[in-house]
Amino acid sequence: MSTFNSADIASFKGGVWVFCEQRQGHMMPTSFELISEGRKLADELGEKLYGILLGHNIEGIAKELGGYGADGVYVCDHPLLENYTTDGYTKVICEVVEEYKPEVMLIGATNIGRDLGPRCAARLHTGLCADCTHLDIDVPKYKEFLRESSTLAPNLIDSIPEEDRNLKMTRPAFGGHLMATIICPRFRPAMATVRPGVMKKAAFDQAKADACEIIKPNFSLSESDMETQVVEVVKAAKKLVDLIGADVVVSVGRGISKDVDGGIKLAEELAEVLGGVVGASRAVVDSGWMTADHQVGQTGKTVHPRIYVALGISGAIQHKAGMQDSECIIAVNKNDTAPIFEVADYGICGDLFKVVPMLIESIKAAKAAK
Amino acid sequence: MKIIVCVKQVPDTSGKVAVNPDGTLNRASMATITNPDDLNAVEAALVLKEQTGAEVVVVSMGPPPAEGMLREIIARGVDRAVLVSGREFGGSDTYATSQILAAAINKIGLEDEDIVFCGRQAIDGDTAQVGPQIAEKLNIPQVSYAAEITKEGKTLTVKRMLEDGYMTIKVNTPCLITCIKELNAPRYMSVGGIFECYEKPYEVLDYEALKDDPLIDPTTIGLKGSPTNIFKSFTPPQKGAGMMLEGADKDTCEKLAGMLAAKHLI
Repeated sequence: MSTFNSADIASFKGGVWVFCEQRQGHMMPTSFELISEGRKLADELGEKLYGILLGHNIEGIAKELGGYGADGVYVCDHPLLENYTTDGYTKVICEVVEEYKPEVMLIGATNIGRDLGPRCAARLHTGLCADCTHLDIDVPKYKEFLRESSTLAPNLIDSIPEEDRNLKMTRPAFGGHLMATIICPRFRPAMATVRPGVMKKAAFDQAKADACEIIKPNFSLSESDMETQVVEVVKAAKKLVDLIGADVVVSVGRGISKDVDGGIKLAEELAEVLGGVVGASRAVVDSGWMTADHQVGQTGKTVHPRIYVALGISGAIQHKAGMQDSECIIAVNKNDTAPIFEVADYGICGDLFKVVPMLIESIKAAKAAK
Repeated sequence: MKIIVCVKQVPDTSGKVAVNPDGTLNRASMATITNPDDLNAVEAALVLKEQTGAEVVVVSMGPPPAEGMLREIIARGVDRAVLVSGREFGGSDTYATSQILAAAINKIGLEDEDIVFCGRQAIDGDTAQVGPQIAEKLNIPQVSYAAEITKEGKTLTVKRMLEDGYMTIKVNTPCLITCIKELNAPRYMSVGGIFECYEKPYEVLDYEALKDDPLIDPTTIGLKGSPTNIFKSFTPPQKGAGMMLEGADKDTCEKLAGMLAAKHLI
């Protein structure tokens, strides 16, 4: 193996890498999102884009990554990699990274990615930025992003030096009150975990998938490397709500407190009429009224559906951070000064228990009239 | 047997947050709290203490006023507290922080039967990185997102939550576990605990106390030793307010439904 020194930046010519997470042989959707985003970064750097895929008997799902932009996939197949373990995955990834020296490494910020990323970054002695929502290499493109998405004064944006070639990793901090752009200037690879559902998946191209190169790197792994033992992997019996992929999300907040079951039922009915799913604010999840898979916001999921309906949600910044990019936001709240109205396209000040049944009828009628 | 719990004092981001004109956080104007997930880690340690008689040590990196938070955690039933504090440690990112906390844990002494507990993530940075990075620096296994923990001899069985279910994982001590709020309901301070919290051992570890550990090197701690730097920080713009509809009656709802239909949203 070549000698590894994370500070010898010039030696990192291995391109942009994406850790492509699979569970039980199924690619996680975020892998396709990150390959699509990684393609843009690789083009900005003038480098190649590779996936790195770990598991057992998973070579068959590798080439699909090419259809979203990967030039090649490093496939690490081993019986001990069948289920995710921190020990096994970290050892293999670090060995392959040390051999091929990627400049950038992206990992989906799933519960597994956020376990794996920090462990790898600590072993490789490099920087990792958590749960990113925006990535850039080119400064002109980054400046364009700041003009649209920040309140920075124009002169502060114009003065950013154009020659910076670091990966600029932007993420919310302090519950979404602040955004920070992080760089890793002295070590490689620059690593980021990226929030699922934020990056857009590219259109699939079968010809590119067929052309995708499969690379089988050398690595060593044995039982003695495994300090944790996976006894079982259990899928949730109840189907978890797919907030991220939903076209319409109807969320409930503390406003349902006077009749929790009734409020949730109304949200479910409205969601059904609109063809969507039910979400919740942190207050609702913390109170145990709905399970955590429903939570929208900085500590929950980021969604950008076509329609987002906020029922009885005041609109704390940590909630808004997870939904304000929705195409059309409708808010119903008793308090006309609730901050949710600041981001709503349409606001109704009223009691959700009275308004929602009427809204359901009106939407049914409007759909029938089409 | 010893259980070491890592905790952090954080600004309370659920309330009003003040931002300086240059895009940095005005920390001085904000209330501080113990990071919520860290209280679940403290509770997990206290439950194991009740079962095994283990000693529970709480450790935090922060400025001297964090003593107040540590005394409150002692009042919940913890045996002693260690504050890691020094100008040399300031400006550390997660990598540098984990080097320093790992050195502090080495100083406290991590033995064969010991466990380190952390909260999943702190609400100021939301990185969830320091726990796993401490584990790497201590060269011990980790299990993150723990929702259930049982201990039999040297073996912990942990229910590790995933987005679509969970894994059951067995791991031997010494190990590091990061805790989520589903794990338990943190207890309050006891009256007796409050009376005793200023009599229990409290220690401050500064740069001098830790500098002989190989993890403590000017190139791997503090602002200079942090692999990541802040390039820019800024506040996001508010999305422009839309239309407040008149009234909250049937006409209002019909009008809204009509507008959604006209925009082909329904």
